[in-house]
Amino acid sequence: MEKVKIGVYVCHCGTNIAGTVDVEEVAKYAETLPYVVVARHYPYTCSDPGQELIKKDIKELGVNRIVVASCSPRLHEKTFQGVLREAGLNPYLFQMANIREQCSWLHEPGPELTEKAKRMVGAAVNRVARHVPLEIRAVPIFPATLVVGGGIAGMQAALEIANSNHMVYIVEREPSIGGHMAQFDKTFPTLDCAACILTPRMTEVSRHPFIRILTYSEVVAISGYVGNFKVKIRRKPRYVDEGKCIGCLVCQEKCPWTALSEFNAGTGKRKAIYTPFAQAVPNIPVIDTEHCAYFLKGKCRACEKFCDANAINFEQSELVFELEVGNIIMATGFDTFEASSVPQYGYGRYPNVFTSIEFERLCSPTGPTEGHIILADGRQPESVAIVHCVGSRDKNYNEYCSRVCCMHALKYSHLIKEKTNAEIYQMYIDMRCFGKGYEEFYNRISNEGVNFIRGKVAKVTDEAIAEEEKGKLIVLVEDTLLGTMLRVPVDMVILCIALEPRKDANEVAQLFHIGRSADGFFLERHPKLDPVATMSEGILIAGCCQGPKDIPDSVAQASAAAARALAMIARGKIEVAAVTASIDETKCSGCRICNLLCPYDAIFFDEETKVSRINEVLCQGCGVCAAACPSGAITHNYFTADEIEAEIEGVLA
Amino acid sequence: MSFEPKIVGFLCNWCSYAGADLAGISRLKCAPNVHIIRMMCSGGISPFFILKALEAGADGVLICGCNLGDCHYREGNYKTIRRMTLLKKVLGQLGIEQERVQLHWVCASCGDEFVDVVNRMTADIKELGPSRLGVKSRDLTR
Repeated sequence: MEKVKIGVYVCHCGTNIAGTVDVEEVAKYAETLPYVVVARHYPYTCSDPGQELIKKDIKELGVNRIVVASCSPRLHEKTFQGVLREAGLNPYLFQMANIREQCSWLHEPGPELTEKAKRMVGAAVNRVARHVPLEIRAVPIFPATLVVGGGIAGMQAALEIANSNHMVYIVEREPSIGGHMAQFDKTFPTLDCAACILTPRMTEVSRHPFIRILTYSEVVAISGYVGNFKVKIRRKPRYVDEGKCIGCLVCQEKCPWTALSEFNAGTGKRKAIYTPFAQAVPNIPVIDTEHCAYFLKGKCRACEKFCDANAINFEQSELVFELEVGNIIMATGFDTFEASSVPQYGYGRYPNVFTSIEFERLCSPTGPTEGHIILADGRQPESVAIVHCVGSRDKNYNEYCSRVCCMHALKYSHLIKEKTNAEIYQMYIDMRCFGKGYEEFYNRISNEGVNFIRGKVAKVTDEAIAEEEKGKLIVLVEDTLLGTMLRVPVDMVILCIALEPRKDANEVAQLFHIGRSADGFFLERHPKLDPVATMSEGILIAGCCQGPKDIPDSVAQASAAAARALAMIARGKIEVAAVTASIDETKCSGCRICNLLCPYDAIFFDEETKVSRINEVLCQGCGVCAAACPSGAITHNYFTADEIEAEIEGVLA
Repeated sequence: MSFEPKIVGFLCNWCSYAGADLAGISRLKCAPNVHIIRMMCSGGISPFFILKALEAGADGVLICGCNLGDCHYREGNYKTIRRMTLLKKVLGQLGIEQERVQLHWVCASCGDEFVDVVNRMTADIKELGPSRLGVKSRDLTR
């Protein structure tokens, strides 16, 4: 075997590391370690000249093991492994010492930092001396993509991919695609109507030869790995035969039973057999068994009688089937904050306190009032208070900013002004109009004669103490610019409620093996450099499931996720990390403990030779088998006992 | 000089290592006593590694994995629990205080939790004093 020659590169990372760690001393120390032939320090090792430095040493000094002491391997391990590969070295002859995230940033400045960095470099050197080249496997992939969620983000991602003539499946749990955007009246800052830009998209998606929409369906199980996922889908029974239904909706007209309309956020009614909204895609109704008289009492069947196409099928049962996909794009969107959990704002007690989503429906020409802004008693409001940050920027509920509320609050001012003569009060903490054209929109609305009151609303009450307050809702708020308490009597209150993670975000995250950030939204791989990927390879995120976003940002992220998926589809195969386990058959006693432990069923027992074998394609490299093998026959590549023990000795040196 | 314990921390790649990174990214500060070794999964931490660390002079060993139900490999952390329960019994039989080996769940967005775990564990080990096993093996090598 060729002689081990280690090169060590200590990164300054500007002042991020060098500000508190004496990088020169660390490099000097590294030079004294066994097998180290060169140790350098460099301002930005990840930069082009930094990478060239490493390549040059590999070529000129014959360095055959590399240690980079810089940031987290989660950030740049792949970057440097690429350098090794370009220089003709096996990328696994590499080890990183994370002296930024887990040293210079994590501890109070002091001489211990340099000592700790030395120890980390020492451990990495000790370990890398024992590294062996590992084979990188290329595995073919399924070219199809699964998009979970058919809102604007999901549709955008699906179209981007399908336009390259690759199959996309959209799974949507509601009866129609469209998502939250379908509920909106107009969109800021351009004030074009949401339906006018959304519904053509929905039609495009439904007519696309490479997109298959699976509505009223949910993902129930997922197995496999990047490029080769097997996804089990459960299709709930619609009780309407999709092949026969012609979408005439006579059934909906004739159905005598009603329920609150989810699409109208509970502000209107729908039938027991219904499509959520007139432009639904697919335009095929579903029967809501909780409100259908036939399912409740065994009688009625009015829809069946009036259906000329014979499409009603009360016997329909759920369908479970499997799809094979290479990538999965999560676009599951958001839920809105439950306004009644802030009891002092009176939502649910006062009929003229509305949430933002209810107001969207009230404003919409397809809503329950056909777009007329009216109070519960049918009058037009003469004054409206718009309350910002309900459930956002509030330690009692969600600390984060929901990002869209300031803008839709401004939009509401305009829409109310357009349709009524009402006086409008915006009660805000800060106006956050960050997007393109948003500040201009704010200036425009300011000039339309809206009253801005800077302060968080304390209470909404109907207890009048003055003549002009009688019969009104009184909004108690401190005007922090004037430093005085105000009582603002109004007819209508609109609560700008927070965007929250889906109620079942936790179950969904566990199903797809992705993480969630502290706010509960799905966790991206890197907050800046990789906001569309997750820690699970092949599972991407787009839209509000990653965090509150407006429509342009959701669309942009969806296109980015699609580009990521397309890159893999274009390659046609993926390189799977060589971090897998392997069995030394001469040591294996055939006890089969590992067979049962493997979460991927990647280990099987060979009856002929009476030893266990590992299917390297299925193995995901967790190492649980290696840790359990009583004979020490299993090696967890890149995490071998030899390597880990060397690292332990190194950190304790 | 006061006793500064050496603690080896085995962190799973997906949650806890990311959580430790996040602590750094958020510029949270913790005691420098834990030396982190990245593993793919807490379920892949062989009990031998823990014993090896103690033998090589560690005063404590910290094991961190994903929250139950969040394991990147589905159920590796359940295996960690079982393994740790057994190992602790063995440690007791060897005369090693059980508090020297601790298992905690730290998620990828739990930077503050990680800092808290490190500080608490460092304080625990400081109170216990140096590991006798470590002292012995250090003496032997001298």
